[in-house]
Formats: sequence, structure tokens, C-alpha cells
Amino acid sequence: MTTAAETVAAGDGGPLTTGDGTPLKTALARATRRARIKALLLVAPLLLFVIVTFAVPIGQMLYLSVYNPVFSDNMPRLSSWLRSHEVSDVPGEAAFEALALDLKDARKNRTHAQVGTRINYERSGATSLFKSTARKIKKIKGPPYKEQLLALNSEWGDLHLWTVMARAASPHTSAFYAQALDLTYDATGNITRAPENRRIYGLLFQRTLFLSALIAALCLILGYPVAHLLANLPLKYSNLLMVMVLLPFWTSLLVRTTSWITLLQSQGVLNDLLVSVGILGDDGRLELMYNQWGTVIAMTHIMLPFMILPLYSVMKTVPKDFVRAARSLGAGPVTAFLRVYLPQTVPGIGAGVLLVFIISVGYYITPALVGGSSGQLISNQIAFHMLQSLNWGLAAALGALLLGGVILLYWLYDRLVGVDNMKLG
Amino acid sequence: MTPMKPIAAALAAGLLLAAQPAHAGEITVVSWGGAYTKSQVEAYHKPWMAKTGHKIKSVDAPNPASPIKAQVKAGNVSIDVADVEYSDAVRYCDEGLLETIDPAVLPPAPDGTPATEDFIDGALTDCAVANIVWSTVFAYDAAKFKGAKPQTIADLFDVEKFPGKRGLRKGAKPNLEMALMADGVPAGDVYKLLTTDAGVTRAFKKLDSIKKHVVWWEAGAQPPQLLADGEVSMTTAYNGRIFNAAIGEDKPFEIVWDGQVLDFDLFVIPKGAPNKDLALEFIKFATDTQRLADQAKYIAYGPARKSSGKLVGLYQDGKTQMAPHMPTAAANMGNALVNNFEFWADRDSELNERFNAWIASN
Repeated sequence: MTTAAETVAAGDGGPLTTGDGTPLKTALARATRRARIKALLLVAPLLLFVIVTFAVPIGQMLYLSVYNPVFSDNMPRLSSWLRSHEVSDVPGEAAFEALALDLKDARKNRTHAQVGTRINYERSGATSLFKSTARKIKKIKGPPYKEQLLALNSEWGDLHLWTVMARAASPHTSAFYAQALDLTYDATGNITRAPENRRIYGLLFQRTLFLSALIAALCLILGYPVAHLLANLPLKYSNLLMVMVLLPFWTSLLVRTTSWITLLQSQGVLNDLLVSVGILGDDGRLELMYNQWGTVIAMTHIMLPFMILPLYSVMKTVPKDFVRAARSLGAGPVTAFLRVYLPQTVPGIGAGVLLVFIISVGYYITPALVGGSSGQLISNQIAFHMLQSLNWGLAAALGALLLGGVILLYWLYDRLVGVDNMKLG
Repeated sequence: MTPMKPIAAALAAGLLLAAQPAHAGEITVVSWGGAYTKSQVEAYHKPWMAKTGHKIKSVDAPNPASPIKAQVKAGNVSIDVADVEYSDAVRYCDEGLLETIDPAVLPPAPDGTPATEDFIDGALTDCAVANIVWSTVFAYDAAKFKGAKPQTIADLFDVEKFPGKRGLRKGAKPNLEMALMADGVPAGDVYKLLTTDAGVTRAFKKLDSIKKHVVWWEAGAQPPQLLADGEVSMTTAYNGRIFNAAIGEDKPFEIVWDGQVLDFDLFVIPKGAPNKDLALEFIKFATDTQRLADQAKYIAYGPARKSSGKLVGLYQDGKTQMAPHMPTAAANMGNALVNNFEFWADRDSELNERFNAWIASN
């Protein structure tokens, strides 16, 4: 920059230039660009890592919730017929001819069962219908196809089956989101609510949000005094206390969860103790495991460090003099706490509550182990569809709704409290 | 590898190579864990490793079928052999996720009967070879019932007569079947009834009657644990797990065979398995007559070959006769249901959804 200054000092009246005659503006742009590239190169490995291992797989997974080409890829003739025709009644010979020819190909490529499974998501019985028909499809040599297929299995004359196939003919589908919202398509293709005995996801979403909020609140109530103690004790005690907070944090999740089972189950340590001192009768043992209680207790314990640590880091920075000053100016202990201390710890509260809440919303190991039936969360259903039923489209739709819900809550939080006010440590 | 001097190591390696016809490989075998995996390790893995010099990496999973789809779809298969249930073996085979296995390559019985005739009906499918017949039974803790003992499947659902908590598997299968049998439906009519809405409703109604008393289990090792802890007084369980706890660990558990639901476990090879040929060699070895009979020494599951039946002898304790503990023993088959995989392939998603909704609502 000294060269630029010299140029100015020379005062020849033209645009500012550096010593070698390039305009100052260009030189500056070049220098900042170089700095920007350097910065970009420094973060590039992490950025690449995040894109490859996080953004792309999640994006792909979310895409699965609206994209399922199994039917349209493996039943091309029928799909194109269905796309160009309105299905309001069981169709005629042309559609059945496409169906028969596609089934022959599918049988050859061993894809008929996948197609059946796709339709079976929305109409039970399709798996065996496709399989049994494909096994015998060779017998059908020529027209009339409709008559022969119906003779093989009369279910081919079911309108509901055809409306499901008509929707599956397009690789893009809303069926999984509909199912995730407890909706279903009736026989004529209109969206209605699912029958009462099959509505489950709405209930589980509500329960997940409610229990997560409850766990966050419990963590705050239990963690706040601990964090305060940590921040204010002399170093040698606070270090010990810190180790006690962190020790469970470092212990395996499964060990902690199974320990809770041993402690709280109806034949467990706590119940045995209460019975032996006579507080409870042997038939009045508390049910603290395999229900919502189990989920709430075990998860509150597991989440506590996530609440205490951000609170601690904020409380550490609050000068002790403020509360003392408030007291000396006449405020009672409650007023001094509420009006002086508490407001200064709000960034820690915000961070802790948000952290605990968001982690809880997606938690599934602990509820699976201790939740019984009433303590199951939506994540247990996502795991079920990922691992057991292998309906990945539905799992993806449920995951997307959960992600959307969390983002919405985060946005609300930002509007109400402000994310800038948050301090993670 | 244990620490060895390089020369000694080279020498040993040379000897090993000389002793073996082929290069020593390693296959990954996934099974269900606990006493069951142990019986396979003793009866199949160890003899095979000793005979061929190949290694087996044994991995446990709550359901070994679960990782297969993800691995095959992602094109990154690490499993060579998996031990799966019948319905999964058929479903995955139909969806092209498994290698086909030609039953003609399996060894014949000692008397020369070809494998296709030696295996029990239904034990061989396009992609899978059965090793055992297992069953879901219910068992109780004899110490909990001093007077009358549970006798029939109906007693599992009778909390008045036999108080205490019940353990049930968290899933529609085979609770719906058992509920109907407990409600008086003959085994032969169960699946016919379950295809109707009224039948399913009836099964759920029966389950409703004990819902408040149920502790749900997921892994096969849980029910004997729940019984031992006193958490439940009766539980459904895989029969071999109860046998091992009762005979092997001297627990006062009794099995009620009435209303049992039989099923096969089968070996499959995922499509694109890294050591496909070796995996097939292992399956051929493990499902021969002697090996299937040997497994019965360690766990009470029936061998899938007819010729193995005669060879089933004593439990590893050297005094318990295994034959009466097999689910297929004539005395245990009085009221038994064979799992209908076609039914479950069709109704799995619908009934599990309904089951999950039922279980989640209070």
C-alpha cells in the first residue's frame, strides 16, 4: 500500500495506480480474490466431505419419498397406457394386453415381485397377485387378454387395484406423504383419512414433539442449578463436579440405558427397595419401564450434559458482581435472580433447550429399548420402515416431515428469541 | 495373528499353503446371536474351518435379513451368508436380492437319497437352503404358578386364571395367529380367517384383552431374560432359547407346545456376495446330514433333513435326550401351525401398520 500512497503523493491527477501502473482497484480485487481462493481451499476438504457424506445422501433419501420408478420402469407398456387414459372403471382389452406383455417381460427379468411389492404398499394382496399371475403368464399366448387374465385371477377386475396402478404409472408419487399423514386413497382415487385402526403417524408425531419438549423442560429444571454450581464453585470442587457430569456422557449409551432398565423395572432395584421398606406392597410395584415414563426418565438422563454444558459456558461469563450489586441496591434474592441473573443466561438456555429438543426428536435407540408401546417415538417407525418393512419411500417421507418440522420450529425460535442470542459454548 | 518371528511366520504360511488345495479365504456369516449363533459356530463353523482352513467371521444381527437389501441396493455387499426367516428368503429371492442356489449341488443323504428328497417339504427354495425348523412357543416360570399350570395357548391370554405380565414379540407375526388359536380357532383355519377383516379384528380383540399386561420384546435373547428377571410370568419365545435357559442354565422354565407356530431358518447368499463360491461351499457343508444333526446337540431346533433325525442324540450335557425337545416331535405337534409365508408376503405391510397403530394407541 505504500506504493499506492506514493502514487497519490505524486498527484498526477489520473486514476490511482500501484507502483507498476495497474489501477489500484484491480490490484485490490486481485488481492482479495487470492485471499478468498485461499480461504475456499482451506475449507474445501470439509465442504466436500459434508456434501458427499451429508447433503447428497440426505438429498437422495428425501427424493425417494416422492420418486419410485419401480412400476413405470418395469411395466412400461401398461404405464404409458395408464398415463394417457383416465381410469374410472376397470379398463378394457388394450390395458390388459399391455399388462400381459409387461408381466411376461417382468417374469423374464425377475422384477415382477418388486412391482407387486410397490402396489402392495397401497393395496394388500398385490404381491401374491403379481407373483401367481407371472408364474402362469406363459400360458397366455394371445388375445383375448382380459378374459384370460380374469380367469387366472378375478382380482384383476378390482377397480381399486387399477386406480393404484394408475397412480404408480408416474414415477413421481405423493402416496408416501399421504400415508405418512395418515391419509389414503379410496377405491375411486380420492384422498380420505385412513381407517381409524390404521392411523398412527399423526399420533406419533404429536407424541414425539410433546415428549421432546417435556424432556427439554426437565433437563432445564435439573440442569440449571447444576450448571450454576459448576460455574461458581471453587475450581477444585467444580472440576470434580464436571467429571461427574461428563462421565455418563462418555459411557456407552447402551450401558446407560440398560442400567436404567435394571434400576427401574418392576422387579428392579428401586421397586425392590420400596417394597422392602414397606412403602409399596408387592402387588403395587411402580411401572417405570417399558412405557412413556421409561422413555422420559432415560432420555432426560442421557440429554442432561447437552443442557448443562452450554448453560455452564454462559454462566461462567456472567460477572458475580451484578447479582451482588442488585442485592446491595435492595433487590430480594428472587428479584435479583429473575431480573439480573436469569436474563444474562438466556443465550445458554436457548442453546441447551434447542439442542436437547432437536436431538430428542430424532432419537430412537432409547425409546426402542425402554419405551414399551406407549413410549415409542416417530423415529422408531422410521427405523421400522427402513429395516423391517423395507418401505424406504415411506421412511423417507416420515423423515422429511420430521426434518421439516424441526426446521419450522427453529425458524419460530429465531423469530421469537433470535438465533444470534444463542451460545453453544 | 500372534506375534511370530518373520522366518517362522513364513515357514508356517508355507506349510499352510502346502496343506491346502486352495488359497485360505474368509467369509462373513450373519446370524441371530446368542445361543443360536453359538450352536452354529460349534456345529458348522468350527468343523468347516478345521476341515478347509478357511476363516469365518461371525456377525450377529437382530434380523440378519435387514442389512441385505441396503447392501445389495448400495452395491456394497459384505455379507457372504445370512441365516434368515422363510418369508424374508422368499421375498428377497423374488426381488432379485439373492443368488440362486441349485439344490442339485447339495450333498445327498448318507444312504444316497438326493438332497431334494431328503429335505423336508418346503425346506428348499430357489435361493435358500433350510437348516432348522424352529417354532414360536410360549413358556412360563414354573416357580410363579404353584397350583394349576398353563396347558393351552388360551392360558397365555387368561390373566384371571394365570396372573402376571406377558412377553410378546413386537410385531404382527405370530401374535395374530396365536390370538386366534387362543380364541378357539383350529390351526387349519387361522390363515383363512386372517384374510378377512373380521378375522383380523377378532385377533386384535383377543390381544386387547391382555394388552395392558404385555411387555414387548424384539430380539430372541430377550424373553428368557424377561422370565429370569421376573418381569413376566409367561412369554412367547423361540423354543430353542427357552430350552437353553431351562436345560442349559437350570432355570425353572416350562414350554407349552400347544399353539406353537413353526417356521424354517434358511441360509441365503446375497447377490454380489464377495466370496460367493466359498459361501456356497460353506452352505453345502453346513447343511449335510451330520452337521444338521450335530447342531441339535447345542440347541433344540429340529434339523431340516429327514436323514438327520436318526442321528440326533444327546444334548451337550451328555444326559438329556434331544428328540422330545424338537418342535417337530410327534407329541409336540398336537395343535401346531406352520407359518404361511405367502400370507405374510401379501399382508405384511397392512397388518404391521395396523399392529403398530394398535400398539401405539393406548
